[in-house]
Amino acid sequence: MSPHDESASPVRVGVYVCHCGTNIAGTIDVHDVIAFSAALPNVALAREYKYMCSDPGQELIRKDIQEYNLDRIVVAACSPCLHERTFRHATEQGGLNPYYFQMVNVREHDSWVHTDKRAATQKAKDLIRAAVRRVKLHRPLERRRVAIKSEVLVVGGGIAGIHAALTLANAGKHVYLVEREPTIGGHMAQFDKTFPTLDCAACILTPKMTAVKSHPNITLWTLSEVAQVQGYVGNYTVTVRRKPRYVLEDLCIGCLECIEACVYKQAKVPDEFNLGLSKRKPVYISFPQAVPQVVVIDPETCIEFKSGKCKKTCVEVCGERNAIDFQQKEEIKTIEVGTIILATGFEVFDARRIPYYGYGVYPNVYTALEAERLTNASGPTGGEILLRDGRKPKSVGIIHCVGSRDEHTNRYCSRVCCMYSLKLAHLIKERTDAEVYNFYIDMRTAGKAFEEFYNRVAGGGMYLIRGKVADVCPAPNGDGRLMLQVEDTLLGMVRKIPVDLVVLATGLEPQKDAQEVRRLFNIGCSTEGFFLERHPKLAPVNTFTDGIFLAGCCQGPKDIPDTVAQAGAAAAESLALVDAGFVELEPNTAHVLEEVCSGCRTCIPVCPFQAISFVHEKNKAEVNEVLCKGCGTCVAACPSGSMQQNLFEDQEVFEEIGGVLAYA
Amino acid sequence: MKRLGAYWLMPELFEPRIVAFFCNWCTYLAADLAGTSRIKYAPNARVIRVMCSGRVDPQFVLEAFAHGADGVLIGGCHPGDCHYQEGNYSALRRFQLLKHLLKDMGIEEERFRLEWISASEGDKVRAVINDMVEKVRALGPLRKYPVVGGPLEEVAAYG
Repeated sequence: MSPHDESASPVRVGVYVCHCGTNIAGTIDVHDVIAFSAALPNVALAREYKYMCSDPGQELIRKDIQEYNLDRIVVAACSPCLHERTFRHATEQGGLNPYYFQMVNVREHDSWVHTDKRAATQKAKDLIRAAVRRVKLHRPLERRRVAIKSEVLVVGGGIAGIHAALTLANAGKHVYLVEREPTIGGHMAQFDKTFPTLDCAACILTPKMTAVKSHPNITLWTLSEVAQVQGYVGNYTVTVRRKPRYVLEDLCIGCLECIEACVYKQAKVPDEFNLGLSKRKPVYISFPQAVPQVVVIDPETCIEFKSGKCKKTCVEVCGERNAIDFQQKEEIKTIEVGTIILATGFEVFDARRIPYYGYGVYPNVYTALEAERLTNASGPTGGEILLRDGRKPKSVGIIHCVGSRDEHTNRYCSRVCCMYSLKLAHLIKERTDAEVYNFYIDMRTAGKAFEEFYNRVAGGGMYLIRGKVADVCPAPNGDGRLMLQVEDTLLGMVRKIPVDLVVLATGLEPQKDAQEVRRLFNIGCSTEGFFLERHPKLAPVNTFTDGIFLAGCCQGPKDIPDTVAQAGAAAAESLALVDAGFVELEPNTAHVLEEVCSGCRTCIPVCPFQAISFVHEKNKAEVNEVLCKGCGTCVAACPSGSMQQNLFEDQEVFEEIGGVLAYA
Repeated sequence: MKRLGAYWLMPELFEPRIVAFFCNWCTYLAADLAGTSRIKYAPNARVIRVMCSGRVDPQFVLEAFAHGADGVLIGGCHPGDCHYQEGNYSALRRFQLLKHLLKDMGIEEERFRLEWISASEGDKVRAVINDMVEKVRALGPLRKYPVVGGPLEEVAAYG
């Protein structure tokens, strides 16, 4: 089982240390490390280079393998998560098996986290020594090829999910679009106008929504949630829970007569789509352009569900169409897909968490999304900006950074608030001619045509006050207005400004259930709770789980142009996988050394994937390589050492341990 | 005498040597995040990457102590977050057993540690490693006296 025949000529290792500009070389004495590496047993060549990942850097490896007859490669550079593939590829191009390679992380784990140059240099040496000792034992491995399913699942029907689904469907792939709400459209459908062009959100969104519904390659499931995800890249089995709508989608024609006929003559239930600013009936449609154009019955408030004694005027008026079905049950669907795009969006920051702004206490404090609904022509006020008592405001204060850039709530910038605040200020000014104040910390208008928009609308007679509002309280003269107290940092004085209406520019937060969703799809979250991309720059739509991609605000706050761009990128990445027709899997699976296996079966119950079976005839365990995901738990459990994991064989790890601890 | 080991003569030179087994999906990424965030921490730990904390064979830990580690750290995903569903539970069970065994062998509890560090917790990597280094530093080297053929002679050779 010796991976290298000792009788043959000794292994010749090439060690390469990357400077990464000054990222590594600024902290680690690379010359010293090279001198040290060159003296290690089996090292035939040790070189340094400014940027190993660049083409000349890779070329160096390719040429040296030939010229110096190298048969193992060690590269000390950045994290293997970034460039392991790059250097394995270079090793392969040099004529070696790509797994005759070991990467040493001396940037993220060393030069970037230590300031003591001597200690950092010593750490680099220890890690390189370990890698050289381990790589000697590497065996040639083959990547397994598995056929990939061409269907794609898109989770979330906001603009990101819609755009990704349409892109894939247009490329001829079958897409399942799963949306939790009764309609697709997401937050964008709630907006009035979109910055910086001020085109109406509905005008650009609803045609895409309709296209989703009518596209032959898209299966749209609303009121549905993903319940379970199994499998691996190219072969995911997904269980989707379809909640009952109590209206048969195929039979409802969207005439909305049932809403008119409902025994509730007045709408009494707070309307979710309008954020409670208007009322709806138990049978309703989210908004006039909802897709699918199908009503939905809310069992929580429908009399038939509560008492079973309703006159069911809705069923009467529906007549022969017979679209209403109070008996509808939850449906479980199982689909098989090759890749998954997560576009689950964001949640608006709950303004109640900042009590001194008085949201929920003072009626005329609105969130920005509520203000969007007020300005929207199909919103609860028909596009009029009104106070709760129906009057028009004469002065409006917009407070920026509510739940953003604040160490008590969220430290990050939500990226869209400055721009949408300027937009709302402009729209409010235009429709009410009120005095509009913007209270900002910094005005952040980075984006194509954003600064121009800022200059244009700011010149339109609004007040811009640099300062964080400290308090919102009723005006002391009792005229019903609200008093904003703020330190104007440009004037250097505290100001008290009375306004009729306050708009809180609430930030963007991860969805409340982002953690559960993350577990469901086996991906990670960043510190803020948004889904974690594989690399912030080079793989912004990939996740650490192959075949699962991200689009839109579930990955972090972003505006509509960026969301659509990212959705397109996620669709393209998905296509690149699906169109290849097969996927290559890492070979780090477990295998049994039959001559050592005693058939004790300790390994079988520890495998979470049921990949290990017991072969009675041979009295040995056996690993199904397709099911094995390469965690190595069985290897650690095996008492005889007969279970081994490719790339993480016991002996390889022992060499690594000895390597980091050796003194010379 | 450049860095390690000569502490039998000069205890103030003692620098703890920690071997850290980090799982590929959570803790290794957390350490990467600490790097991209330029979080600074003690340079005493040497990370060995494993796919899952469940891959950490108790023998790895014993081997590390046998080769002169003053402390061994295992980093895995939080319960419920394991990339392989339940490998971290295996790690936890083995850790509990091994901890008692090590104690019986005279290896102080602070020298062997299991921590759940998710990919978003770069700062926890700093906190855990710094804390462990300080605790192990206070305990002193695992080998209190030179062993024939052991590190002292190696140290002498090292200069």
